[in-house]
Amino acid sequence: MRVVLDHVTKRFADVTAVSEFSATLEDGELVSLLGPSGCGKSTLLNMLSGILPVSGGRIYFDDQDVTGMPPEKRGIGLVFQNYALYPHMTVMGNICFPLETQRVPKAERIERANEIARLVHVDMLMNRKPSELSGGQQQRVAIARALVKNPRLLLLDEPLSNLDARLRLEMREEIRRIQQRTGVTTIFVTHDQEEALSISDRIVLMKAGVLQQNDLPQSLYNEPANQFVADFLGNPPINNLPGTVEDGAFVAADGKARCALPMLAGVENGRNVNLSVRSESFVLDENGPMACEVTRVYQMGKEEMAYLTFGGTDFRAYIDSEEGLRKGDAVRLSLKRRGVFLFDRETGERIR
Amino acid sequence: MKRRISRFCMYFFLTLGAVIMLFPFFWMFSSAFKTTQEINKFPPQWLPGHLSLDNFRRAFAMAPFAKYFFNSVFVMVCSVGLTTFTTILAAFAFSRLRFPGRKLIFSLLLSLMMIPFEMLIITNYSTIVDLGLWDTLIALILPFTSSIFYTYILKGFFDSVSDSLYWSARIDGSSNWRYLWKVMVPMARPSLTTIILLNALASWNSFMWPMYVISSDKNRTLPWGLQVFTTEAGSYPELLMAASTVVVLPVIILFLFARKYIVRGVARGGLKG
Ligand SMILES: Nc1ncnc2c1ncn2[C@@H]1O[C@H](COP(=O)(O)OP(=O)(O)OP(=O)(O)O)[C@@H](O)[C@H]1O
Ligand SMILES: [Mg+2]
Repeated sequence: MRVVLDHVTKRFADVTAVSEFSATLEDGELVSLLGPSGCGKSTLLNMLSGILPVSGGRIYFDDQDVTGMPPEKRGIGLVFQNYALYPHMTVMGNICFPLETQRVPKAERIERANEIARLVHVDMLMNRKPSELSGGQQQRVAIARALVKNPRLLLLDEPLSNLDARLRLEMREEIRRIQQRTGVTTIFVTHDQEEALSISDRIVLMKAGVLQQNDLPQSLYNEPANQFVADFLGNPPINNLPGTVEDGAFVAADGKARCALPMLAGVENGRNVNLSVRSESFVLDENGPMACEVTRVYQMGKEEMAYLTFGGTDFRAYIDSEEGLRKGDAVRLSLKRRGVFLFDRETGERIR
Repeated sequence: MKRRISRFCMYFFLTLGAVIMLFPFFWMFSSAFKTTQEINKFPPQWLPGHLSLDNFRRAFAMAPFAKYFFNSVFVMVCSVGLTTFTTILAAFAFSRLRFPGRKLIFSLLLSLMMIPFEMLIITNYSTIVDLGLWDTLIALILPFTSSIFYTYILKGFFDSVSDSLYWSARIDGSSNWRYLWKVMVPMARPSLTTIILLNALASWNSFMWPMYVISSDKNRTLPWGLQVFTTEAGSYPELLMAASTVVVLPVIILFLFARKYIVRGVARGGLKG
């Protein structure tokens, strides 16, 4: 099912949790809703599920306007962060519960519950109570319960946040697999960029209730729309070198160090910018435009992470060097095409 | 050494307390089986000479205890059943539903708990008389079909249940009604057990109210019937003891079975909060 959000807004007494949010999710997509804590992800999800009424805007499922529709009519499956399994029912009871409300006959209920349980690998736990399950098993039961009624839309609110690192990794593959098997349009809320980058077809990045970018995972990383997106994605975080533009050259904050870059050709003089470069986009090059000094070097397995300084600003770079760098070395760097961006320092806007 | 002494003292006083508490019960049971001569003996005889149900037979012949017993059970079942039902609905409404004035109304209800029962008797009495229900079993049930105190306990439990459970159920297609009976009530079983047991005890032991609104013999409940019997059988203490045993025994059995639930439920029902 296609989901359209049209200028959706949610105001609480003193905060606007979601502001003029517009996006379209195509049928069968797995979309990650990504953003820092408190940016309105859960609020948006709750408006999609009908738990919270919207303050403005409209929501459409395919061509149907569902803005005022109560949650039980929307045909969605929802997995809460705390799973919200019914503690007094067995796994079987939990998975069958949505079917009971739909008055599905008992034999069919059991058959469908068993089928979905096999899909999420909890079929051998059907007679246990939720308290007798591990976190990962509880999560899979919650997903099974959400899927068993064949929802038009599956909403997952940070389902992995209670799990340990290894289980998280496993479960996100699992979610991806289940989603592809069922083909259900899915929204996956997370504040973990790696999780979002690894499983989604598309990522919607939010900040303080405002949509920042809605794009393919690699585009979000390679073509950030603004400073926030560039800062949010990437590990280690992107290097921001503050400075100004003068005659097609970048002048660092100290006013002395400068480097000429082709990408600065069209930018007006005196504009305050950040030259933002991913750590993997520096290349050691004796004819390069940037003269830097090495302050520290870390050995990180096959690569070296060098801490350098350019015009008084420290930054990190992965350097592939035969001879090996040492503290105090003066080196020249050039920049790759990919992973180098220019942002307006006042507005955070990307300068192309 | 010091600890041993303090332990000894503790057990000594606990035992003493238990003996003092249990002695009247012991005396009741043992006297229920004594003959008239045995009970009037001095110094008193501790145990009956032989076990016979004779006293019970005679007591039952003098007053319709079977009828009293049935009345007591009937009143208890009806009033506990209705109270439990209204308590569940009210606790759910105050805990989950959003309606204007809900906080205010609940506070007002809670403040009603301050009014002593003795004061309510007067108004309830005139209401019952006005309704033409005086000297009927309904008069014993009607005023006891809701309880603010139990509502308060149960609401405390309902409040502790996570919102996400409710919304999961709604999204799974449940109405409020279905959610209440399929999810909340089964989850609240320990609290409900406590409420039902306490309520049953109170109903079984209720004495003052039946005394005011019941006059005819056929509508008496056990405690009130026993009271009347006391005056009639005043000269046969052994019969009185036999009748008392009939009244008290079910409660003691109930309590022995349910002790665990009562303590557990009160401890977690939010009474401390
Ligand atoms: N019921 C409410 N009343 C008032 N403000 C609220 C309410 N619910 C959420 N908010 C506010 O709305 C904003 C967004 O909250 P939301 O729960 O959607 O964040 P989130 O992105 O899900 O965060 P997290 O990643 O921590 O779960 C926050 O500033 C929060 O304080
Ligand atoms: Mg959230």
